[in-house]
Amino acid sequence: MAPGWGGTLLVGFLHSIEIAIGATCLGLLIGTGGACGKLYGGPVARDLLAIYTTVVRAVPELVLILLLYYAGTDLINQVLAAMGYQRIDISGLAAGIFVLGVVQGAYSTEVIRGAILSIPQGQIEAARAYGMPPGLMLRRITLPAMLPFAIPGLANLWLIATKDTALLAVVGFFELTLATRQAAGVTKAYLLFFVAAGVLYLALTLFSNLIIGRVEAWSRRGMPSVKEAR
Amino acid sequence: MSAVEAAAVPSGEAQSGAAEAIHVENLHKKFGQLHVLKGVSLSARDGEVIAIIGGSGSGKSTLLRCINCLENPTSGIIRVNGEEIKLKADSHGHTVPADRKQIERIRSRLGMVFQNFNLWSHMTLIENVIEVPVHVLGVKRDEAIAQAEKLLARVGLAEKRDVYPAFLSGGQQQRAAIARALAINPRVMLFDEPTSALDPELVGEVLKVIGDLAREGRTMVLVTHEMKFAREVATHVVYLYNGLVEEEGPPEQLFGAPKSERLKQFLRNVG
Repeated sequence: MAPGWGGTLLVGFLHSIEIAIGATCLGLLIGTGGACGKLYGGPVARDLLAIYTTVVRAVPELVLILLLYYAGTDLINQVLAAMGYQRIDISGLAAGIFVLGVVQGAYSTEVIRGAILSIPQGQIEAARAYGMPPGLMLRRITLPAMLPFAIPGLANLWLIATKDTALLAVVGFFELTLATRQAAGVTKAYLLFFVAAGVLYLALTLFSNLIIGRVEAWSRRGMPSVKEAR
Repeated sequence: MSAVEAAAVPSGEAQSGAAEAIHVENLHKKFGQLHVLKGVSLSARDGEVIAIIGGSGSGKSTLLRCINCLENPTSGIIRVNGEEIKLKADSHGHTVPADRKQIERIRSRLGMVFQNFNLWSHMTLIENVIEVPVHVLGVKRDEAIAQAEKLLARVGLAEKRDVYPAFLSGGQQQRAAIARALAINPRVMLFDEPTSALDPELVGEVLKVIGDLAREGRTMVLVTHEMKFAREVATHVVYLYNGLVEEEGPPEQLFGAPKSERLKQFLRNVG
């Protein structure tokens, strides 16, 4: 039966990757908005963002996942019921992406905020001096200029996201860890399946490192090599 | 008519034939308790080269940076091409531009050159030069590239078009920054101590480019420590002392026969 269970593992692995990519994208969106809000926003926006990043980073992710998943779906259904709509089933994929995305967003906010602060401020000033509107400046100057400073931190967050998908097993989402547990539980071949799952996680990390290295080299294209400055 | 030409319609009163490109009246600037500008007035007509000189802390850079509201003046009137910059008080009582679109439009006609070059480090020279024409002024990309190549050739950097700024000398970076400023077809060039961050042997190449621009009749406001250069290229020199215009006039008069004791002292110290 091993080939059949191998397929099960791969399906779980694909779900894990889906969640990690979705959560990272959502996290980057929240992080970019959050960093800009913290740096350039008004006092209310800054206070709200401070509460968000503090709470999310203070509470264990497992607790957040349980809280947002069960309490979140319950809340949505209560609101829907109050407005006279049918109760809905939230898809595990959407819920997983949302929950991990919110967690990623809090950490990304701080990584991106730090990276924006590392940009030589004269470059931002030059953009202002030439009449760039804020949106254009963010897209053309601020984000590309902060990227080399953000990549190491964001790469960490991506790798953490790939492993945090395993936490979603507790809410019954069929990802790699849950798939492994099922396969191992039924066949009793614990060692085989957990080693296989470990290899899959490792393969994802190695492949990620390859891509991240390329992206980082590209983002640093305007910077002299650090080696030469040694 | 391209977007560049359309935006450069001159207006404003015309004494001595030329329109007034920059008009600053009774400008005050406070940083907290520090009163940096205490009522400065300045005027630049088309084709004039105004040199602002003065000691450290005299407010000369602040004055230049107020013209395009990189620093927001505390009070006073600023007109660019006859259009007054609308200012308002924000919730903290600071004066800020009232109309974001207006200040962006005005800034996109003023070619600013900074002490520290401030080229965008993630773009090659040619990308730096076409950035504002393409994305702010709406010039077509091929037109902008063709013009940028001419401008880079003009400042002697044609072969460096695809090089990133960090791989160039300070003098080369500053010449590229001048090309970036010229690319917007500016009504006025603003130079904020353009040679102060350069090694002495690189100052000459940058001054040569600026001098050529002055001689072809570009309107410029120049904050500088290079007295000899100011005397050569300026049509009008303003000496700031402690946030006020201490003395101003044609360069021959200011450098040749200064009236103010402070200016005499300043010229002795820098000369």
